[in-house]
Amino acid sequence: MEEKLTLFKNRKRFGIEKNIDIIFKNTALVLSSFVAIILLGIILVVFFQSFESFSRYGLKFLVTSEWNPVKDEYGAFTAIYGTLVTSFLSLLITIPLGVGTAIFITEDFVPKVVREIIGSFVELLAAIPSVVLGLWAIFVMEPFFRAFFVFLHNVFGWIPLFSTEPTGRNSLLAILILVVMLLPIVTSIARDSLNQVPKKLRNAAYGIGASRWKTIFSVILPAALSGIMAGVLLALGRAMGETMAVTMIIGNSNAFSWSLLSPGYTISSMLANQFGEADGSQVSSLFYAAFVLMILSLVVNIFAQWLVKRFSLKY
Amino acid sequence: MNSLYYQKRLSRNIGDKFFTSLSVLCALIAILPLIFLVTYILIKGGSQITPELFTLEPNPPGDDLDAGGINPALIGTLIITTIASIIAIPVGVGGGIYLAEYSKGGAFSRFIRFGVNVLAGVPSIIAGVFIYALIVSTKILFGSMYSGLAGGMALSILMLPTVIKTTDEGLKLVPNELRYASLGVGASMYATILKVTLPSAFRSIATGVVLGIARAAGETAPLIFTALFSYYYIVGIEDLFYEMGSLAVLIYNFALEPYDAQNKLAWAASFILVLSILLVNIFSRILAAFTEKTKRV
Repeated sequence: MEEKLTLFKNRKRFGIEKNIDIIFKNTALVLSSFVAIILLGIILVVFFQSFESFSRYGLKFLVTSEWNPVKDEYGAFTAIYGTLVTSFLSLLITIPLGVGTAIFITEDFVPKVVREIIGSFVELLAAIPSVVLGLWAIFVMEPFFRAFFVFLHNVFGWIPLFSTEPTGRNSLLAILILVVMLLPIVTSIARDSLNQVPKKLRNAAYGIGASRWKTIFSVILPAALSGIMAGVLLALGRAMGETMAVTMIIGNSNAFSWSLLSPGYTISSMLANQFGEADGSQVSSLFYAAFVLMILSLVVNIFAQWLVKRFSLKY
Repeated sequence: MNSLYYQKRLSRNIGDKFFTSLSVLCALIAILPLIFLVTYILIKGGSQITPELFTLEPNPPGDDLDAGGINPALIGTLIITTIASIIAIPVGVGGGIYLAEYSKGGAFSRFIRFGVNVLAGVPSIIAGVFIYALIVSTKILFGSMYSGLAGGMALSILMLPTVIKTTDEGLKLVPNELRYASLGVGASMYATILKVTLPSAFRSIATGVVLGIARAAGETAPLIFTALFSYYYIVGIEDLFYEMGSLAVLIYNFALEPYDAQNKLAWAASFILVLSILLVNIFSRILAAFTEKTKRV
């Protein structure tokens, strides 16, 4: 008994243990700063690799669409335009579908079990690799939509957007496969933000006699708007950077066309196609294009984060 | 008295019906393609599965006889994701520990958390471009250019944000009483973290990490110009420094081949990839739901 008490009294932390503590903390500090180092590294490396092309073509690179490795002329307008058009148009289709689905699975139209199954099924689909979606797009979606595209061209051919004869892979297919990819993202984020709206708000609206959809449109959707917007922006970032599915179905042509029924290009599909066998100033031009893509997605992402912080629900 | 009864013709009731059917329509349009997609992959891919698929090398496209198997790609995917996990898990868990345990709400942790979110939003092909510039084109890895090792590094960049986030969030859920108790009996900070907080957050961290690995296994864009592709068996450790095939890149390459045999191989590879990713997802979901239930009791 006596011995044990002295043991407690005299026990001091050994120097070595203190050192381990300090080493442990500093290791964790270094490991956490890796994120910043990698992020900075990516930005710097891509910027410096693109420097040669940047100093030669300047901002003209962004507005010309000549891409000719033989003549050493590079301009990425077609790819930048393709990136913006495919991502925005796909988002335009995805938002109503995704939010509508999210409303369907947060309201009590069908029993809770069914809604939960639909919800987790949609979430599972976000896990399907984009290369598999691309495969499906080539062999299932393209034949399925072929007749529809011909019809679209015949009826609306006078609109520049549908002015070319559809021949296999094209930008519109890329937009549709992006919709399939983005739906799970938008739906699950919209569902989460709708679920976070407090029950009190709904009850109050019902209490003063609002109908179900009056409540949804005037109370619940506005309250969930910031979360939904952030989800939409995240989806936009994904759509811009999405590579495989788009590369496989967009047709990869650098010839600029207003028509969605003609083959197109996006920055990421250009990188995927040409990076492996590029050399000389083509590599630098590809890095320049990659830099543009990175800036686009960084801006969208940072804006999304700011939005979440600024307008997050406070009840 | 009339106003107490439900009146079909009221504009609010007609409007309600209209919007309800609209949202049902949205859900149908959203879910049907997804169901088609999954069943098509499972049926079309599943019908291509044979024992030889797992043991043979793929034949080079061109001879339209037999496509061979996907053994090198299957092993390659396992190796590349393992390399990515070996890099990303220690760095990510260590970083997450610092964020959650040491620098709780300070400026540094806010900056790093912001960085994690930004890194998570970097397009995956940019990670490939970065590793290409840093490792492939400089031949920094013992003179080898395209290699499985470089591919693993590119994937680890994509895994890192997920691992940090799940560690950070898992540790934040551990009640502070546990930390006070451990520090109170005289344990040092590192012992508290390693023996008390980390073990009690283990399951949620593991779930997140496994989901991150499953995601990385299907990534293609970072691999197409870092690991490239290979038709040959992986035989020894030195193969890490050469081109390495993976299921994802195999699907990409063979989907674009004009030959039917290669296309079928791409479907088979998709089946294996999708099935394993879905199983991992479902399994970890069940596990998470199960632990939640036991915690409540």
